[in-house]
Amino acid sequence: MQWYWLPEYLPAFAEGLWLTVQLLTLAIVFGMALAVPIGLVQVTGPLPLAWLARGFCTVIRGTPLLIQLWLIYYGLGSLFPFVPAIRESFLWPILRDAFPYAVFAFTLSVAGYEGEVMRGAFRGVPKGELEAARALGMSPFQVLRRVWLPRALQNVFPTLAGEFILTLKATPLAATITVFEVYGIGTIVRQETFRIYEPLLFVAAIYLVLTGILILFFRWMESRMPRRRA
Amino acid sequence: MEQVFEYLAFSAPGWGGNLLRGLVSTLQIALGAYALGMSIGILGALGKIHGGPILRGALEVYTTLIRAVPELVLILLLFYAGQDAINVILTSLGFERVILDGLWVGIYVIGFVQGAYSTEVFRGAFGAVAPGQIEAARAIGMSRLKVQTRVVIPLMLPFALPGLANLWLITTKDTALLAVVGVSELALETRQAAGATRAYFLFYVAAGCLYLLVTLVSNQIFAWLERRLRRGQPVQG
Repeated sequence: MQWYWLPEYLPAFAEGLWLTVQLLTLAIVFGMALAVPIGLVQVTGPLPLAWLARGFCTVIRGTPLLIQLWLIYYGLGSLFPFVPAIRESFLWPILRDAFPYAVFAFTLSVAGYEGEVMRGAFRGVPKGELEAARALGMSPFQVLRRVWLPRALQNVFPTLAGEFILTLKATPLAATITVFEVYGIGTIVRQETFRIYEPLLFVAAIYLVLTGILILFFRWMESRMPRRRA
Repeated sequence: MEQVFEYLAFSAPGWGGNLLRGLVSTLQIALGAYALGMSIGILGALGKIHGGPILRGALEVYTTLIRAVPELVLILLLFYAGQDAINVILTSLGFERVILDGLWVGIYVIGFVQGAYSTEVFRGAFGAVAPGQIEAARAIGMSRLKVQTRVVIPLMLPFALPGLANLWLITTKDTALLAVVGVSELALETRQAAGATRAYFLFYVAAGCLYLLVTLVSNQIFAWLERRLRRGQPVQG
């Protein structure tokens, strides 16, 4: 084991870590913003929207994230330059970079998996609670914001926490489309130093620590959630 | 549109045949890895339940570490470590160094990772078997092995099945990661076809459809299996 390369590459790893954290956070925030309506329409309807949401979840959960990522980056990315309107628009500098594609792909992935979780969560809230809220004169949106959504999230929070950790463990895939997050930096180190194991083990250790921190963070959040005590 | 059929044609200028060959290797790797993972899982679960403190500790380290590190990192680590380990053994015995066949490396790498997840699935399922059933089997005079094969394992399977079905779907999708280490399977074949023709969109959509097909067919098979395994059990709900 030789670690002479470590001090030289530490700043690069720090940047990679920042990229990993950004990718994970953006994917979770945007993904959940999509997952809530995707779960909700599957419970409330209208039917065509429910089918659409269902189909979306099936496709996302039924294909490897790696293929989705490549489809979005190489597939969509190879079509965009042929559309002059896109190339001349203000979006072009963003669309030339790989990171937004990674965020988009991971967002869709989170939306697909968590949409399925949220469907179960919305269905699991007892009907009586929703009726009580309505009886108090809340509008449908108020029922959703004050009762339905909070209760649903509370019930599936441990599941969601587990899913987000799976998302963290999927982020290295972004390196295959030239987003140099922690794992990507590890590959660069491997190519430049010809060491096989040390960079990989270092990367593995970083993910181990990240996973640990996330678990503690979610546990702390769970402890702050109001619970009914018997 | 004509070009689409040209690209996906099965014979030489088209890449459809390559994709299907990739699908076959993907399925072979997935089946092999799944079988390996389940074997590790059953033994690991039995070890965690009945083993001594050292075995239990070792298994705990195995399941925790494997489940906390990204699959891609593990696949690379195991890929190199496995090759090196075999070559160290071979050279110390006086044989030539070998480069292992991608298929076997894929099976071993994915199977070893899946083993950690299935250990946890089986541990939960073993725990769900009612102790009275085991006592009854012992009271009839069955040997320890017979109690396991005739009573505990058949009773445990329905509990394990939902978790195992999930793991199978994860296994088939994890095989795509092997493309990164150059094992020839569906994802790598697709990348080559896409790179050669520049029809990225078409080929990644085609590969997505094949993976989706595997998932949908698997779902049907597992639904049928679950009905079969739950025969004679009280209907839940």
